[in-house]
Amino acid sequence: MDKNLFVAATMAIGSIGPAIAIGWLASKAVEAIGRNPEATSKIQTAMILAIAFAEAIAIYALVVALIIKFV
Amino acid sequence: MTIESNEHSETTEAVADEHVEAVVDEHGEVIVTGHGEEITGHGEVGGHGETHAESSEFVPPTLASETIGHIGGFEIRNTMIMAWIVMAILIIVALVLKKRKYQMVPTGLQNLVESIVGFMFDFFDAIVQDRKQTMKFFPIVATIFIFIILANWLGIFPGVGTVLIEGMHDGHEMMIPVFRSMNADVNMTFAFAVVSVIGTQVFGIAALGTFKYGGKFFVNPLKDPIGTFVGLLEFISEFAKMVSFTFRLFGNIFAGEILLMVMGFLVPFLAPMPFLVLEIFVGFVQALVFALLTLVFMKMAVTAHH
Repeated sequence: MDKNLFVAATMAIGSIGPAIAIGWLASKAVEAIGRNPEATSKIQTAMILAIAFAEAIAIYALVVALIIKFV
Repeated sequence: MTIESNEHSETTEAVADEHVEAVVDEHGEVIVTGHGEEITGHGEVGGHGETHAESSEFVPPTLASETIGHIGGFEIRNTMIMAWIVMAILIIVALVLKKRKYQMVPTGLQNLVESIVGFMFDFFDAIVQDRKQTMKFFPIVATIFIFIILANWLGIFPGVGTVLIEGMHDGHEMMIPVFRSMNADVNMTFAFAVVSVIGTQVFGIAALGTFKYGGKFFVNPLKDPIGTFVGLLEFISEFAKMVSFTFRLFGNIFAGEILLMVMGFLVPFLAPMPFLVLEIFVGFVQALVFALLTLVFMKMAVTAHH
């Protein structure tokens, strides 16, 4: 099977989890801001931190895909 | 068996064994296949005099950074040169400010730097909630932020990744860029991660004392078996943080480099612009996330257990 297929599959499957996680996080954060607009900056900071953690997982998948492709 | 042909004043020659066939395909490349002791073949027909990658070929940036020169046995890499440039900028700005003596009513450069530092301090203070602790954490966290954001933004400068020079990489000769975005090198991001995590441990030990801080990770199994397991997980998680920091920053910036190169290769006019804006944004967010995570981990390290 072509190597490129695996590279693409790694990235595609590896992005499903983080995509769902980030969508979930953002929706809960926006909901919380709607309930309590005063705490917006606190919620925003926590949201950005959590999204960075979730995105890191997608980046791990990307690094594996790059390693397969170029090494 | 020797094949020699002269075309466009370029010599294409292949010296091969008997059991070998040499075929010149449509691009003028000599493909030598088969088994034989000495097979040498080179040359490009219809091109210029030197051996170089075709300009219509897409050469992606390599995972590892490329070596530009040597000082003795020490390799100088293109990311290292960018790091020196960033450091030079920051140090020169700091020295100029010092020479001008901080005025009570700031103007010009001092005003700009003070507004940046003030904004960052208030932002970090809102997270830490304790002024004294913020004063302690601020130097390293703010330095990480400024260093990373400046390096990321300089990485999209024109000339970075495009000014090429001949050199050896991975055993074969190829054109390598003189400048490369500093965080597109695992070594650099790993260095940041190590500084961040070890700095966190140092702050924790300084605030709580060695035994109390160690007591977070190594709990007495007789008194609290679940706590032992959790403590062990936390200990491993410190190393996982190093890996996570490294690859988050590296993956983002390296992927950005590839993205910009691909867009520049596909549609050089106007199309790379939204991607450049994306890279500006990503550079800012990654620096912010690195600094914020470091700050939050430091804050968690100095708080006593329960």
